[in-house]
Amino acid sequence: MITFLSVVVALPIAALIWFSAGNGFDAFWTVASSPQAVAALKLSLVMSALAALTNAVLGTITAWVLVRDDFRGKSAVNALIDLPFALPTIVAGLVLIALYGVQTPLRLDLGFVHFQATITFSRWAIYFALLFVTLPFVVRTVQPVLMELDTELEEAARSLGAGEFTVFRRVVLPNILPGILSGLTMAFARAVGEVGSVILITGNLPYKTEVASTFILQRIDGDPHGAAAVSVVLLTISFAVLLTVGAFRRYATRHERA
Amino acid sequence: MRKYLLRSTALGYLLIILIGPLAMMIWRTLGDLDGAWAAITSHNTLLAFKLTLYVTAIAVPINTVFGVVCGLVIVRSTLPGRGILNAFVDLPLALSPVVVGLSLVVLYGANGWFGFFDDHGIRILYAVPAIVLATVFVSLPFVAREVVPTLREIGDDQEQAARTLGASGWQTFWRITLPSIRWAVVYGVVLTAARCIGEFGAVLVVSGNVEGKTQTATLRVDDAYQFAYGNYAPAYGIALVLAAMAVLVLVAMTLVKPREEAT
Repeated sequence: MITFLSVVVALPIAALIWFSAGNGFDAFWTVASSPQAVAALKLSLVMSALAALTNAVLGTITAWVLVRDDFRGKSAVNALIDLPFALPTIVAGLVLIALYGVQTPLRLDLGFVHFQATITFSRWAIYFALLFVTLPFVVRTVQPVLMELDTELEEAARSLGAGEFTVFRRVVLPNILPGILSGLTMAFARAVGEVGSVILITGNLPYKTEVASTFILQRIDGDPHGAAAVSVVLLTISFAVLLTVGAFRRYATRHERA
Repeated sequence: MRKYLLRSTALGYLLIILIGPLAMMIWRTLGDLDGAWAAITSHNTLLAFKLTLYVTAIAVPINTVFGVVCGLVIVRSTLPGRGILNAFVDLPLALSPVVVGLSLVVLYGANGWFGFFDDHGIRILYAVPAIVLATVFVSLPFVAREVVPTLREIGDDQEQAARTLGASGWQTFWRITLPSIRWAVVYGVVLTAARCIGEFGAVLVVSGNVEGKTQTATLRVDDAYQFAYGNYAPAYGIALVLAAMAVLVLVAMTLVKPREEAT
């Protein structure tokens, strides 16, 4: 058990850390803080945060609609939410290219104003790709909590004169917040390391659309130490995220354990 | 009013990000069905799908056994280090596949700790073993993550009852524990298979991406797009086959999920 985990997970990671530390800390820092590496890391973090936050808001709304609303085709929509989990990421990228690529059918030409919904090779491409692959996280962490939430509490608040916004802020939100936060954090982690969906659609332009994972990919052959250094930074972020999610989970279940 | 606003926000978002693009890819494939079909049925594409299924067939059983044992250790045992185990199991979910790939390259590369395999003529890197290792790594957590909450929920009353009636540990597992977590295991297996089939980043780094030899289905899509020269039907076609597999996975998920929740 432990042997399996060590051989499959721990040893490769230990080897990576060892390799990146091979030339000393100064060498590690020089490659990790090179302008192109920093630009790629920064872009990954910012776009991932934006995508995770967007999906936190829209994912909560979607979860609400799936639990409290009723319309024809709801179960189909509910099943569709998991598609980004089931769909290979490279296909996700291609799917977005099909609609938002250079040949997009979404174009408007009025002579004086010309609009074309092409997002390829721009930062919008990263944003859309990350939105796509992290779509299910918040929906799937908030939905079960909303299902179990007793509507009587909300009705009681309403009968005591609370407005809709107050009911949401004071009654619903405190219950679903741990779910939103853990979904958001997992979505963020997933987005920071994302490769397949961004590799085709962004064009990997250094300083513009090159994210951390594609930076690593470009460097593996020519500059393995640079690739390893950025990898170790990503690894650190992953560990930090896991610890954060663990803390959210413990907070959410604090009453059950007491 | 508020209800319709929320509904149209959610559905509009799904339309923009998910349904619209997917419909467009299907539409574009249908636009050049012959080209797409030729690409799908070409020799090297079929070999790529065969390799993907082969790797999945190896990785899924390994991770199923590991996931069940891991879940039992995390929930039922009092072994020291199970907290670390719990944290480590989730790592592949949060880690970039490219980092996984690079770790394997560093470990099994010529100057790596396990470089001696290559010295003795055992090809791991840029061959099928590395693809299997990468796939096992990235799909590691799914069974364990489904099994752990179910094990917690069912408690160990029945297991203890079986023990007091004289059942051995092995008997208790086969007769009591496994039947009660079986749908969680099945659900985890479906997720694991989906992840194995769809893996791209880690495999891209370790496989060498040799057509017909170490090229998986997802790498094939990447290749078909990069060497499309304006003709994207082959890439869309092969991608659509993978999307169809994903839809099968979704169907399996919707069939299994209620049963898992009923346990």
